[in-house]
Amino acid sequence: MAAQEVRDADLRVDGVAKRYGAVVALGGVSLSVAAGEFLTILGPSGSGKTTLLKVVAGFEFPDAGRVTVGGADITDVSPAKRNIGMVFQNYALFPHMSVARNIAFPLQMRGVPKSEIDRRVIQAMALVELQGYGERLPSQLSGGQQQRVALARAVVFDPTLLLLDEPFGALDRKLRESMQLEVRRLQRRLGLTTVFITHDQEEALVLSDRIAVMDGGAIRQIGAPDEIYDRPADDFVAQFIGESNLLVGEIAAPDRVVLDGGTSVTVRGLDGGHGRVRLLVRPEKMAIDSATNRFTGTIVEAVYLGEAHKLRVKVAEGVELLVRGHRAVPTGARVTVGFAPEDAHVIRGAG
Amino acid sequence: MTPADRVRRRAVGSAIVLSVPAVLLLLALFAVPLLRLLALSVEGGSLVAYQRALTNELYLRVIFETFKIAAVVTLLTLALGYPVAYVMATSGRVWQLVGIAFVLLPFWTSILVRTYAWMVMLGRNGVVNRTLIGWGVIDSPLPLLNNLAGVLIGMVHVLLPYMILPVFNAVKKVDPNLVLAAEGLGAPRWRAFLRVTLPLTMNGVAAGVTLVFTLSLGFFITPALLGGGRVVMIANLIEEQVRELLNWAFAGALSAILLALTLAAFWGISRIARTRSA
Amino acid sequence: MRRVRPGRLLLAGFAVLVCVFLQLPLLIVFPISFSSAQYLQFPPPGWSLQWYERYLNSPNWLTPTWLSLKVAMATTALSLLLGVPLAFGLTRARFWGRDAIEKLSMAPIIVPTIVLSIALYGLFANLKLIGAWYGIAIAHTLLALPFVVVVVVAGLRDFDVNQELAALGLGASRWRAVWHVTLPQIRPSLVSAAFLAFISSFDELVVAMFLGGANMTLPKKMFDNIRMEIDPTIAAISALQIVLVSALLALAARFGRGGGMPGR
Repeated sequence: MAAQEVRDADLRVDGVAKRYGAVVALGGVSLSVAAGEFLTILGPSGSGKTTLLKVVAGFEFPDAGRVTVGGADITDVSPAKRNIGMVFQNYALFPHMSVARNIAFPLQMRGVPKSEIDRRVIQAMALVELQGYGERLPSQLSGGQQQRVALARAVVFDPTLLLLDEPFGALDRKLRESMQLEVRRLQRRLGLTTVFITHDQEEALVLSDRIAVMDGGAIRQIGAPDEIYDRPADDFVAQFIGESNLLVGEIAAPDRVVLDGGTSVTVRGLDGGHGRVRLLVRPEKMAIDSATNRFTGTIVEAVYLGEAHKLRVKVAEGVELLVRGHRAVPTGARVTVGFAPEDAHVIRGAG
Repeated sequence: MTPADRVRRRAVGSAIVLSVPAVLLLLALFAVPLLRLLALSVEGGSLVAYQRALTNELYLRVIFETFKIAAVVTLLTLALGYPVAYVMATSGRVWQLVGIAFVLLPFWTSILVRTYAWMVMLGRNGVVNRTLIGWGVIDSPLPLLNNLAGVLIGMVHVLLPYMILPVFNAVKKVDPNLVLAAEGLGAPRWRAFLRVTLPLTMNGVAAGVTLVFTLSLGFFITPALLGGGRVVMIANLIEEQVRELLNWAFAGALSAILLALTLAAFWGISRIARTRSA
Repeated sequence: MRRVRPGRLLLAGFAVLVCVFLQLPLLIVFPISFSSAQYLQFPPPGWSLQWYERYLNSPNWLTPTWLSLKVAMATTALSLLLGVPLAFGLTRARFWGRDAIEKLSMAPIIVPTIVLSIALYGLFANLKLIGAWYGIAIAHTLLALPFVVVVVVAGLRDFDVNQELAALGLGASRWRAVWHVTLPQIRPSLVSAAFLAFISSFDELVVAMFLGGANMTLPKKMFDNIRMEIDPTIAAISALQIVLVSALLALAARFGRGGGMPGR
């Protein structure tokens, strides 16, 4: 099997489709992940991201489309022969085997000689800083330690690809943040091509080289984290990632949009088009007493977040703006908020 | 054919291969002999055997008696078993384990062993009568053996665990906070029980009732030993017809009737349970 | 200290009484088995081991005991060999006829034993299998199969299939995944199933009565003996059986959690 010899391989998914009865889980998805890249598939539950991962791992077979790793077509290859490391959502550690035996398992299945297995298991345990835990059972470990074992087990056999299925979901916030960084460090060190699945946008932004946003069995946008955050392709992406203000209106001049409420705002990047557009302004780009594009309204909700204040400002009947800033303003106060022309991102089409 | 179809087909294929040996055994030594027996009961296309079983007063009485015993045993096990299951399930962990041990120990003990012990205890000069006389509760020994009372005691003893265990599991599944919530909403404890615990444990009760009733219908050993020949259930009648009279047609007809009663009870109780819980 | 309600106390008292009722036969059997009297007497006038000696020195009792042990072991092996694969087949794929197969495998516990016994009696008489120990074992396998299937299917439904997927992803073949990962994890179910199969055969009377012919299993010998005379030898055998079952239960608890029960 040629695929097993290839290290740091790239992954290509071409037109993969999968349906369960009448439900379309994947509607012809294509994407490619470069060798050594960390790609995150981000989407709400039911978006098809888990199905896509299972297709790559070989646990589900697609109705149509191909999966290629390092140039070799693995669409019909059984999961046992794909040489892909995977960390499951609940880790799927074998509860009846010690940590060392869990990590040794993939090596035993490959007929690696005993002495070599011992050496590599020790190496892998050192890699995830679990020296001395070899004889423990998974149930005797903390959540973070279990996670490390799962990670060691997934990389000990030099897989061509590493798949991570929402591995941080079960950890508390602090532990999750440190594990995220650790996984990223490990991935860089081993140069492993990695596909990571999550529904947590913050996690996606922190970890990824690129993010693919999925919904309804299709990829809505794929790009670097800042690209996805600052220039979302559509409403879904805009609203799924971070909080947003979406202002709907009509282009009136090369740099002016008249919003549906009648207010006129100045915007960059309209490129002289026509028709209806939506303007995305992130709450942190909204400022109190801004010089341009001003709206006057009443604070209906003020939340203290620690590092910032979040305000909800009602500027017209049914129109509320989110503002994130450092000024504390009490509920009920009248304020003027606005944004700079270069801080609005234009989304075209009626949506 | 897509790879997905191929994989699905392979999974179904291996599932079928795995099932085949057991299925063959069940067909050859369960389904076929049973059908053969039923065929014997209508040998030559005649329903004489059924006619005899369902018109002769003697046999009708046995059928009725079997039904009656099964019903009484079911009610008794429910009345005795539900409180035990409830107390066990709502006790602490240690008492729960003790209770389970006390229920399982007789459950795992041979029916013959237990029946033997009851014969020793229930006789005219048995432990029970002598104790009761010694305490001055009664003057002369009660007839407890070789009659209906003996059969009922023996059957209730054998079948109680079958009632207690499913009800225990059902009560255990009821979130204790629900009862607390009901009490917090103003229901006294007994009403909280009637309105919350009882309805939520009806599936366990239905399982227990189904088990006890259907098992009762086919009882053979207990009536044979504790009934002293005076209590005859359908199973005893069938045995006699085959062993002593070699009357296969009649035994087949009785078997068909017993089977029909059992299946009807099984189906009927699960139906009632389903409509109740719906 | 928590206040105990009087209603609760009453209920607990009732439960204790029922539990005593359940233990009565066991409590009576042990003293009788150690009785020094020549006939049945309770409470015993003195103590001796005569009834145990009589059992252990009597081929009339030991031959049926060995037969029952042999039949029960064969039944255990056979019902696991057939039932475990069936349980996998029933849980791992949906296919046409699966529900029918599941019902068929459960049917032997619903059909009254007497009916199955005479049905098999008719068939085995034609095949000249009456009196063959393996004939009884095969018939007992039918009765044990539902227990094995129920318990193992429950074990497999509780089992996290991701475990097996993980093993496949790590390079194991289907077989090795099942052998190294699935079976060790459903061991409690397998132990319970084996225990249930063994006991259900070892205690079974009605099938053995019809199919055993002149070869008596222990329950058949006990049944005949109880019918003829109430002899304290039975008490000694009963006591031994209770000890055996308790020992098996302890073993089952050691090698799989709990004593296991059908329809857990």
